[in-house]
Amino acid sequence: MTSFVVRRLIASLVIFLAATYIMYVLTALSGDPLADLRTSTSPQKAQLIASRTALLHLDVPVYLRYFIWLGGVGKCFIGQCDLGVTIQNQPVTVLLGQAASSTLQLVTFASLTAIVLGLIVGITTALRQYSSYDYGVTFISFLFFSLPIFWVAVLLKQYLAIGFNDFLSSPDIPWWFVAVASPIAALLWAAILPFSGRNRLWTFLAALGATAGMLTYLKLTNWFTYPHIGVLGLAITGTAIAFGVTGISNGLSNRRALTAALIVVGIGVAIYFPFLYGFSFYLQPWSFALLAVVTLVAAFFIGWRLGKPDRAPVARTTVIVAFVMGLLITIDRLMYVWDDYSASERVKGRPIATIGAMTPGLEGSMWVHMLDTFTHLLLPTIALILISFATYTRYSRASLLEVMNHDYIRTARAKGLTERTVVVRHGFRNALIPIATIVAFDIGGIIGGAVITERVFGWKGMGALFQYGLDNVDPNPVMAFFVVTGSLAILFNLIADIVYAGLDPRIRLS
Amino acid sequence: MTRGTRPPMPEPAPSIAEETNENAIALKEVEGLSQGQIVRRRFSRHRGAVISMIVLAAIVLLAFTSVGFVIGDWRVPGWWQYDWAEAVALENNGLPTLDVFHFVVGNHPFGQDEIGRDIFAVVMRGTQQSLMIMVIVGFIGTFLGTVIGAISGYYRGVVDGTLMRFTDIVITIPVIVIGAVLGRTVGIAGAPVLALVLGAVVWTGLARLVRAEFLSLREREFVDAARVAGARDGRIIFRHILPNAIGVIVVNATLLMAAAILIETGLSFLGYGVQSPDTSLGKIVSENQVAFSTRPWLFWWPGFFIIAIALCVNFIGDGLRDAFDPRQKRMPSLRALAKAKQGGSA
Repeated sequence: MTSFVVRRLIASLVIFLAATYIMYVLTALSGDPLADLRTSTSPQKAQLIASRTALLHLDVPVYLRYFIWLGGVGKCFIGQCDLGVTIQNQPVTVLLGQAASSTLQLVTFASLTAIVLGLIVGITTALRQYSSYDYGVTFISFLFFSLPIFWVAVLLKQYLAIGFNDFLSSPDIPWWFVAVASPIAALLWAAILPFSGRNRLWTFLAALGATAGMLTYLKLTNWFTYPHIGVLGLAITGTAIAFGVTGISNGLSNRRALTAALIVVGIGVAIYFPFLYGFSFYLQPWSFALLAVVTLVAAFFIGWRLGKPDRAPVARTTVIVAFVMGLLITIDRLMYVWDDYSASERVKGRPIATIGAMTPGLEGSMWVHMLDTFTHLLLPTIALILISFATYTRYSRASLLEVMNHDYIRTARAKGLTERTVVVRHGFRNALIPIATIVAFDIGGIIGGAVITERVFGWKGMGALFQYGLDNVDPNPVMAFFVVTGSLAILFNLIADIVYAGLDPRIRLS
Repeated sequence: MTRGTRPPMPEPAPSIAEETNENAIALKEVEGLSQGQIVRRRFSRHRGAVISMIVLAAIVLLAFTSVGFVIGDWRVPGWWQYDWAEAVALENNGLPTLDVFHFVVGNHPFGQDEIGRDIFAVVMRGTQQSLMIMVIVGFIGTFLGTVIGAISGYYRGVVDGTLMRFTDIVITIPVIVIGAVLGRTVGIAGAPVLALVLGAVVWTGLARLVRAEFLSLREREFVDAARVAGARDGRIIFRHILPNAIGVIVVNATLLMAAAILIETGLSFLGYGVQSPDTSLGKIVSENQVAFSTRPWLFWWPGFFIIAIALCVNFIGDGLRDAFDPRQKRMPSLRALAKAKQGGSA
């Protein structure tokens, strides 16, 4: 395992070095870095040119200048990175530090969401092949494939953000909306869920009632002014999730798994009030992360203790349930500061942000800042997701369809396994193998998309750094961008390879 | 945005027993038809692809006949009354005059921009440029990918190693990033040069696919037979292996074109693509982005044409995939099956 990782890393690094060389030379040769000075009328023109030449080592030929840059990067191994200076003599390392976090947040957040959504939709369409739901999703994913990301981003900014903010300033759901939206949602559910005949009618009616009830509740409690999940909502959602996750991953007949999952939900509900009104006020980002890890580990142990004789799947279920519960409680905590946030001096009642990665000068607790990050991430993430989502949906659908045609699936059915076991254990696991490759492959696309999205939403991220460097024929910022995104791509590829080996026991890493 | 370089989607493959069974029926259906005829017949059954083909043809025809086009110094006039570069007096504050419900086209169906240029003419010119770039990028990318993949897969060994490492290096750089760097260098030289350069960076995915195809095809008996008969490498590659790999190439060339139009528009939006006075759909969107709240029509129409073209090309690619890959058959729906059963028993 270690030797495989090391060998893979070395091979990727050599290729990456070659790629950086090409990028450096191409960027340096893409124009004249002295162009603005040559046409200037400044009396110290010659002096300015000489000083910039010295600053950027322009007297060294490009082919050798690369190695000056590489030498600076090499210092990272002794702990003092030097990515050079920009054309205005700002150290790139400092600029990168500011830019990298927001872009990495965006890329990671968008990738993960797109993978999860794409997998769910892809798998459900494959299981309901040639249904109207399948055709609808196929058409939509083709449409998403064909969308220019900058165009979508501008539309989101204009309609979604401004429209939703307008709505939030006087949030009232009109009755006609309830009357129109409920049947549409119900139709969707009836099309997605795998029932037919009378059961499908019941699905329709249940979904109709649930949606109408939900919307009415939101309307009557003035939910959008005072958003909350509440302890009751948490208990109901948590129980539903416990049943859902257990149903998919262990089967509801596995009472131990169900009990373990429900215990986790119970604990979540029990710590709801102490968390919300108590210790959440003392949390710092690091202690919050620690708390998250502790929660997951605790859930793992609950599953492990209760899950005899088949411990691992039960522990997996409890960890997933605990993760979702933690997410819900965190969201509720964020909603708790929603009113403060949206009414605050800087936000001025328009919480869905269209510009930048954070509100400048915003004051408040960790939760307010977290909420601020999320409202800023929302639109760019949607824009990025749309396109990757189409890819993942198509691939996971095709992949699962291929797997379900294999003989071992027929064998599994023939020996009387439940449909759940056949699909989840035999089908889904094997379908994941080719998808792992696509995920690693797609990360470059997401980064490219991020450059465009950042531009539309005015993020001072890595895309801006890249553009700044390119506009001024300054290779150093461009290379900083490329080093970070390239390392990210290498990392994702490595993870994909390891996941590959985890999914497919035939692949040996050593 | 780098969708030109995606690996092929895995297709459901029936088991061998099933295939021989089905082959008897399938063969009867295609008896006496040439490969081309079979492909054309299957393609014409894909409704989405046929419709897309018609729509795309209509767009091409509209774009090139309406405002005319320029080849070198030779300017072919079109039937539309305005030119994409000339500014005329603003009518009705530049609002679009197109009214689909009343069949009114009017003087400026897509409206005018703030200096009075007719947006219909501008969008048509942009569509021409974007289509041209799409086709050139598609051809160059396909050509390079096929040649590199073919040589790599056919000769294997050191040649393969070198070429594939080179492919790995190019693939490491996101297309939009290397496209931006190169576009900044050559964009000023005009759209065709930009297209040539973009074509030179998008071939990587196709090269890998063609290589894989060649690696498996070169071990087949008919290649051995050709070699024993004394055929040269060139002949084996072009006359024996390439025709068998044409499905993969054609399908991916189409997908490459769909990706190309999005890459070009994305780059032009960032300012590294087509430069003034030339225009393209992406450039029109980019120029008018700030005017969105006051003149949204400047923004809607170019976007609409980008989506229409990309969607059509993607659907045609899907149709071609179905046509070239006989393994992927469309199962009749459950309802149709039930009907057939009833009909059989009745």
